[in-house]
Formats: sequence, C-alpha cells, structure tokens
Amino acid sequence: MDAVKRYFRSPAAVIGLILLLLIIAMAVSAGFLYPRDPLALAGRPLVWPFSNPRFLLGTDNSGRDIAAQIFYGARISLLIGGVATVIAILIGILVGAFAGYYGGWVDNVLMRITEAFQTLPNFVLLLVLVAVFGSTLTTVTIAVGVVSWPAPARLTRAEFLSLRNREFVQAGKTLGMRDVQLILGEILPNALPPVIVYASVVMAVAILLESALAFLRLSDPNVASWGNLIGLGRDVLRVQWYVSAIPGIAILVTVLAVSLVGQGLNDALNPRLKSR
Amino acid sequence: MRILSLAGRRLAASIPTLFLILIGVFLLLQLAPGDTVDALMAQMGGGDAATAQELRKFYGLDLSVPAQLGNYLWHLVRLDLGFSSIYGKPVATVILERLPPTILLMTASLSFAFFFGLLFGVIAARGVNRWPDTLISTLGLIFYATPSFWFGLMAIVVFSVYLQWLPPGGFEDIGNVQTGIWRVLDIASHLVLPTLTLGLIFLAIYLRIMRASMLEVLNLDFVRTARAKGLDETRVVTRHVLRNALLPMVTLIGLQAGTMLGGSVVVESVFSLPGLGRLAYESVVQRDLNTLLGIVFVSALLVISVNFVVDLLYARLDPRIAAEG
Repeated sequence: MDAVKRYFRSPAAVIGLILLLLIIAMAVSAGFLYPRDPLALAGRPLVWPFSNPRFLLGTDNSGRDIAAQIFYGARISLLIGGVATVIAILIGILVGAFAGYYGGWVDNVLMRITEAFQTLPNFVLLLVLVAVFGSTLTTVTIAVGVVSWPAPARLTRAEFLSLRNREFVQAGKTLGMRDVQLILGEILPNALPPVIVYASVVMAVAILLESALAFLRLSDPNVASWGNLIGLGRDVLRVQWYVSAIPGIAILVTVLAVSLVGQGLNDALNPRLKSR
Repeated sequence: MRILSLAGRRLAASIPTLFLILIGVFLLLQLAPGDTVDALMAQMGGGDAATAQELRKFYGLDLSVPAQLGNYLWHLVRLDLGFSSIYGKPVATVILERLPPTILLMTASLSFAFFFGLLFGVIAARGVNRWPDTLISTLGLIFYATPSFWFGLMAIVVFSVYLQWLPPGGFEDIGNVQTGIWRVLDIASHLVLPTLTLGLIFLAIYLRIMRASMLEVLNLDFVRTARAKGLDETRVVTRHVLRNALLPMVTLIGLQAGTMLGGSVVVESVFSLPGLGRLAYESVVQRDLNTLLGIVFVSALLVISVNFVVDLLYARLDPRIAAEG
C-alpha cells in the first residue's frame, strides 16, 4: 500500500498513468466510435483537420479517416508493444535465470550469445528477421520481442547472482528442493520487481521499433498503424504535413506515458533511490 | 602498455562473438524465401531452369549448407564478402562506398549528443529540483519519446520547406558539386538535420545519465574535501566532479554504438543519405542477401571497434582500472 501511495505522490507518474489510460480507452473504444474499417475510403482525400466535422483530424492521401486510423493504431501499438515486451521479458528471464543460477559454462555460453545479440545493432537484426520471415503482424511482433531480450536477461542474471547464495536459497537446498523449484519458486519472485519495472523501457523501445519498421513500409501494411500512416504522409509532406504530424504525436504521447509510468513504479518500489 | 593489453584482451574475446553472429545470421538467411539467383533472375527478366542451375553452381549455391558456410567464412578471412548481384560489384566495394556518410553521421550525432548531454546534465544537477532542472528533465523525457523519423520529417517541413534554411535530403548538392572548403560546407549543411534527428534520443539518454552521475559524485567525500580546501564551485565541478561523473557516460557510448547504427538506418532513409543504413534497407527490399550479410559483419565490426576505443578512453579517464589490471 505504501508503494501505491508513493506512486500517486509523484505528479509525473500520475500524468503518465492518465495518458496511458486515455490511450487504452482509445484502443478499446475504436470499435464503437468508428465501426467501419479504418482502412476503407471515407471521403475526399487530403481534407485538412478541423475543416470538416465529419473528419475531425482530416483524411489522408487516399481519403481515409485519420482519426479512425489513430484510434485503431492505438490497438496495434499497444498490442505489438505489449506482446513483444512479454516475449522479450520471458526469454530474458529464462536466459538470465539459468546463467545466473548455474554459473560456470552455462553462464559462459549464455552470456556469449547475449553479447552476440548486443553487438549486432538490433534494428539491423530486425531487418534481417523481417527479410527472412516476412512482415505480418505476428512475425513483426515476435521479431521485435526477439531483438529486445538481452537487456532484461542481463538484469535477471545480475539479480540471480546476488540472490543465489542467500540463506533462504541455502535452506531450500538443504530441504532437498529441485533446481527448478528453487529458481521459479524461491529466487524468481525476489528477482522479479526490477525486471518488471524495466519492462516499461522495453515496451517504450518496442513501440518505437515497430513504428520505425512500419514507417519504412516493412511492417504489416494491412493494419491501421501509426507508423504506416507517417510513411504514407511522407509522400505529401511538403503541403499536407499534418498526415505525418498527427500519428507522430500519438506515438510520442504513448511512449512518454509508458516511460513515465515505468519511472513512477521504479521510484515507488525503490524509495531509497528517489532522493537522487 | 598495460591499458593496451587489457583492451586488446577484450578485443580478442569479441572474435568468437563475431563468428557466432555471422554463423547465426548466415543460417537464418538460409530460411529466407528465394536466394541470390532468384533475385538475379528476376532482375534479368526471368530465365529457364538450366540457367538458374548454372548460376547456382557458379555462386556455389548448389553445395550443402555447411559447405556454403565454410566457403563463406574462408572467403571472409581473406576479407572477401562475396558478390552483390544487384549492384554488380563485390559486396566489400559496395559497403566501402557507403561507409563514409554513416561514419560521418554517427560521429557528428555522438559528439552533439555527448556535448549537449554533458552540458545540460551539469546544469540540471547544479540546480537540482529548481526550474532549470525541471525544464531540462522534462525536455529529456519528451526527446526520449520522440520517434526519430517523425522528428526528421517535421524538421524537413520547418527548416527546408517553410524557412528554406537547410536542404531536405541528400549528402551533397549533386547538380552542382563543389570543391575544397565549399564542398565541406555543402556536406555539413546537408548533415545538420540528420545529425540532430539521430542525436536527439541519445541527447535525452546522456543528459539523464549525466545528471544522475553528477548528483552521485557531488555527494562523495572528496568533493567535500575540495570545497573545504576553499576551491570555488566552478573549479570543484570542472576539476574534481566532472572527470568522475564522466565515467558512466563513456561506458554508455560503447553500449549505445549498436543502437546508433540501427537508428541511422531510419535517419538515412528519411534524408536519403547514401549510407550503410540505407544500404541495409535497400538490400532487404531487393532481397540482396549477400550484401545484407556483409552489412551485418561490418556493423558488428564497427560496434566492436567503438567498444575498443571506449575501453582505451575509460582507462585513461580512470587510472584505477589500468592499475588493477
């Protein structure tokens, strides 16, 4: 309860939470507010925002409603960001836990692999994965998750290294608990909080990675995503710059909200560090 | 000498990593639909199966996967990255042509982010929890959340379309190639917006780390001693705090080198710069897998070299590291 109270004492964290809830509300309400396909033609192309009450945010190059695409885009961004983060954190925990718990050659091999992933620029790896597996919603989400796991793995490993020789683990060993029980039941719950907080960073980066991929037209073209819309707007940038500008603000606000919530959680869970 | 051998050992340790990356990506690319010959035949406007067979034999693509991998690595040892059928040149040549803009862009962005990150970090830490700190920290958060390609597009709208101060893209004025100092100025003016675009997110990261690092060092005992000696605040900060606070910043350069290279893919596409990142994008679109693999190799090599330099720099800044060996 203390942590909740501490969280709401920070204005930045509260603003972040409100923004995040708004974006979630957008994603949820997209279906009621815009029952038609957001990628279907809706009216004349390139209507400026606020000039026609039917299209509050105007229309894009091919006459599709920008507001509808922004609402549906919230779904895509949250979906890809969320699922990719879960994938990255799960792989990271698995690798980090084994490396940290067993040490020795297991640690050596796993850390070499982690290092390899960190040496290769993750956007370049993302391009390779998309080149090989194509760019559907599923493959892009998995690819973003697969390039994002090394940092959570290192974090989990560090936590496991500091926890594995503690007395409660020794006690578990003496009781004859198996390694899996010790790793999952005893050490992991204690190692989890910093990893969960770090998930917000992973999610912010995942959203940015996917939108960059979509902007380059290498993500799924059949869904209404913010990155796709920015990429489309690029063709009419010189005059109708609003087509690119509006979805960019949506991405900015989403990433900002996720970071603020993450920082707020971090400060609430580690009150000693907050004074810095 | 000691520093050099220390950094050298780290460099040697990264060779297995490099091979791991190459083998992994090589095997991954075997799963890709279509090979170089398919791409080549598509470019030639199709052809019969016999020609394809012959071409596969010519490029060694009829061998088993392990044999192909062995071949590739053996060529690689002799710095031969294979042949790009799309560009009709050896991959090494294609990459070398595209390397200068990327290195220039990365150096410029890194310097920009490092210098201003340091400056803003120090200003924020000196006025902690007062308005300069709040302003800088808020800006940092916003910069961190800004998608670089979007910032680039908006910068083009403002500075190239409306104000017409800077060119919207390209590496130099192709219609009117300059010489000497004018060429340098021309290229520099083309790189201003890309540098800001790529550097923005790193500026945000650096200023946050610098602020935290300054606040930590400012609380250490030797700072109190320096103040007690009667040094004025500027001297305390520049001579005693800064050098120690810089250490995490330098570590970060090494950690972020890969991210920066990845970011240049997007930024080079926005500003149509003929660099390595744009080449990576083009080779994905054109299915030029040989070039893509070459880029993977060169970018890993770049990241490793940056980390080598960072190790040397780190040891210079912090003599304790060299002493501990």
